[in-house]
Amino acid sequence: MANAALRADINPAPALSPKKAPLAPYPIVIVGHVDHGKSTLIGRLLHDTDSLPEGRLAELKKVSEQRGLHMEWSFLLDALQIERDQGITLDTTRIWFKTAKRPYVIIDAPGHREFLRNMVTGAAAADAAVLVTDAERGISEQTRRHAYLLSLLGVRKVIVAVNKMDLVDHAEDAWKGVAGDVSDYLQKLGIEPLYVIPLSARHGDNIAARSDKMAWYRGPTLLEALDLLTPTAARTEALLRFPIQDVYRKGDTRLAVGRIETGRLKVGDKVEIAPTGQPATVASIDAGKGPVSEARAGQSVAVSFIEDAALNRGQVIAPAGHMPHIATTIRVRAFWLDPESLTAGSRITLRLTTSEHPVVVEKFERLVDVEHLTDGEGSELGQGGIAEIVLRSSAPIAFDHAADLPITGRAGLARGGRIVGGCILLGAATNVTVAGPVTAVNSSVDRDAFEARNGHRGGVVWLTGLSGAGKSTLSMGTQRRLFDDGWRVTVLDGDNLRKGLNKDLGFTPAERLENVRRVAEVAKLMAETGTVVLVSLISPTTELRDLARSIIGDGFHEVWVKADVATCAARDPKGLYAAAQAGKIQQFTGVSAPFETPVNPELVLDTSEMDITTGTELLIAHIRRHLALSQADGHAVGI
Amino acid sequence: MSSTDQHLDHLDQLEAQSIYILREARVRLKRLGLLWSLGKDSNVLIWLCRKAFMGELPFPVAHLDTGLEFPESYEFRNRYAQEWGLNLIKDECPPIEMTDPTLPPGTRIAARKSLGLAAALEKYQFDGLITGIRRDEQATRAKERIFSPRGLDGAWQAAHQPPEFWDQYTIERHPGTHTRVHPLLAWTEVDVWRYIKREEIPLVPLYFAKDGKRFRSLGEIGITFPVDSNASTIDEIIDELETTRTPERAGRSMDHEAEDAFERLRATGYL
Repeated sequence: MANAALRADINPAPALSPKKAPLAPYPIVIVGHVDHGKSTLIGRLLHDTDSLPEGRLAELKKVSEQRGLHMEWSFLLDALQIERDQGITLDTTRIWFKTAKRPYVIIDAPGHREFLRNMVTGAAAADAAVLVTDAERGISEQTRRHAYLLSLLGVRKVIVAVNKMDLVDHAEDAWKGVAGDVSDYLQKLGIEPLYVIPLSARHGDNIAARSDKMAWYRGPTLLEALDLLTPTAARTEALLRFPIQDVYRKGDTRLAVGRIETGRLKVGDKVEIAPTGQPATVASIDAGKGPVSEARAGQSVAVSFIEDAALNRGQVIAPAGHMPHIATTIRVRAFWLDPESLTAGSRITLRLTTSEHPVVVEKFERLVDVEHLTDGEGSELGQGGIAEIVLRSSAPIAFDHAADLPITGRAGLARGGRIVGGCILLGAATNVTVAGPVTAVNSSVDRDAFEARNGHRGGVVWLTGLSGAGKSTLSMGTQRRLFDDGWRVTVLDGDNLRKGLNKDLGFTPAERLENVRRVAEVAKLMAETGTVVLVSLISPTTELRDLARSIIGDGFHEVWVKADVATCAARDPKGLYAAAQAGKIQQFTGVSAPFETPVNPELVLDTSEMDITTGTELLIAHIRRHLALSQADGHAVGI
Repeated sequence: MSSTDQHLDHLDQLEAQSIYILREARVRLKRLGLLWSLGKDSNVLIWLCRKAFMGELPFPVAHLDTGLEFPESYEFRNRYAQEWGLNLIKDECPPIEMTDPTLPPGTRIAARKSLGLAAALEKYQFDGLITGIRRDEQATRAKERIFSPRGLDGAWQAAHQPPEFWDQYTIERHPGTHTRVHPLLAWTEVDVWRYIKREEIPLVPLYFAKDGKRFRSLGEIGITFPVDSNASTIDEIIDELETTRTPERAGRSMDHEAEDAFERLRATGYL
């Protein structure tokens, strides 16, 4: 009977000595410049901790001798023929070993710049790094580049190994020199090296055993330093982020499946689905062993909701009121791994957890000089390079800032399905001059000509404020007066636009963003024909107003039509506050959705303190000051 | 809740990550297949698939049959293909005469599987193949990616692997090529055994010691040999693995016939 042995095993009697649950191996990456001794260090570490499998040492000696070499430790990891023949590490690899304290997985990473993609592959999986530097040759190009990449990859626990101390007569001064250089550099990246250990991998000094040749050194050996590393904090206490990986159907129930990246999810939780912001309530959670009441970061789950929510791969489940940021233009710090350079105007794919967004490289803000940590200018990012760039997507992207939530604040960059780089997300971009990939057709009449005929400049006066604050009244009054004076002036009113141009949009954060984007684009087109455009739009968040500012550019004039909620609710010209307070309207600004105070508006018109005529006069004066052309020289009169 | 409760158990972490990989494969690849060697690792793989896909296995499972499996293995296959409701492909691999004659003899038997695999790829037009290889088994497998692009004829270009980080995988679609998916890459041998114990996953009984011998790695008759062992239960096997210094594939003759034998096999499509 085939399974007799099996069945006997399946229900073992409770063990007499209950075993502790196995610990996950602590992942350590070994990085540094080529030939500074990374592979040798690993070979020695495994040998000195008696971790090599039977026969492996003899096999290594044999293949070393076949190539006319003395014992070549690096062959332990450099398993590929091409690696052994050329004596270099091409690709990252892993090897396991244990100390009395815990198990480790050591990740080897190549030091050549052309194999940086493999270094990144290895380092991204690590919780801590050993940065190997050569005591004789000191800090080198790839030492710096690897250190920089560690900081971008979020590996912040770094042990520095000053290797080849035998070549500098085990001198304390030599160690101090290299230690100082490396520590200075790491500190500039915000990394405090945990230990800087003088050692000789080839001879086993200060690896597992303390070296009597360097009695002056009082710190830990490499092995002791590894055991002193603290585990990485659990991601359970951060804000919930559950990116939807796929949607399955079981009977009539639709299930959002995926992995919880941060936080916890409980049955009954009120959540929002980014970027649309649709609200939902968790009905059930399955983590692979049937229904559970709660799941947490790291678990792959299948979740159903009470509401009939529209679920799609790439959406992010977040706690109600704590959605990720949403923007179409994002500033990122990127590293590039492909031989074909990244340039302004390049089209690539941003892959953020399970979402994918075609994006255009809109702008290079700065190139990072890894050697000196200074800013450079340029519009091309070559293999191994690092730069801050602005990416523009046609659809809204839900994202976190890397500093707040690293996992949902970072993304891969892909071209044609192949990963070619990565980036951490710094925030929504503002004031971006548009240099899109589409070749614009030039207007047959230029802006100056329009403006000269109109006798005033074109521009966009953006009135932001609560419903009922007086935006429409002010803009209509101002339009009439300027028109009577011969100005070319139009009003784009939020309510009116929602009856036509924007009638397909609701009031979720993503739809508000699209609403603003469309209005800003239309306003910009009109301003370019010398028209004064008065936009009357609640635009409640800084993000929305920044989006408008970034689209319109220099001709954007922010005016805050200020009135507190009580005043607006008392006016309530459209009966909206009453409806919102009764719960008949969802996400109503000032009642159930926030209004963020403008940070630095050009003009504030407080309509709870002044009458409408005064407000109109002030607004007209402001417009004349900024947009009227003087008769004499045809240029705008300064303030 | 105490601070240790914040972290998932190691096996839970491995399971969750493997399920994530399997679901990602399902989204990104159109015609998936899973390679079932009948061994412990691919049994774990099938187990994980059933968890990932709500109790079902939504793609075919292929056993590359050389006709040289142990009788216990065939018995196991026939029973569990039915019990697990597998859509089983069991095409016979091409004969040894078709393999590269410059390979060492044991390696040639294994090379029949590469040919069988190429035939299956051609016949079923798979663009994704899920296999149970692990990094700790063998030094060239340690260099693998989770999503590993294969060229024409299944060739592995070890020196030109794409970067892979932050769970972002390379998937390129060119006619005649496919992607190998490796959900167990991060698991170790003892992890697999602990999981088998926890989940009560059935196995071919040859893994358990009989008369002082057991199979630690299961392959074809004639090129796979048992190792000395008295471990006749899963607990005893776990204890044995905690202390042994014998590598897992010591009983696989093809690994030892030449320094590069395994790499040559892999470069031409072997797992």
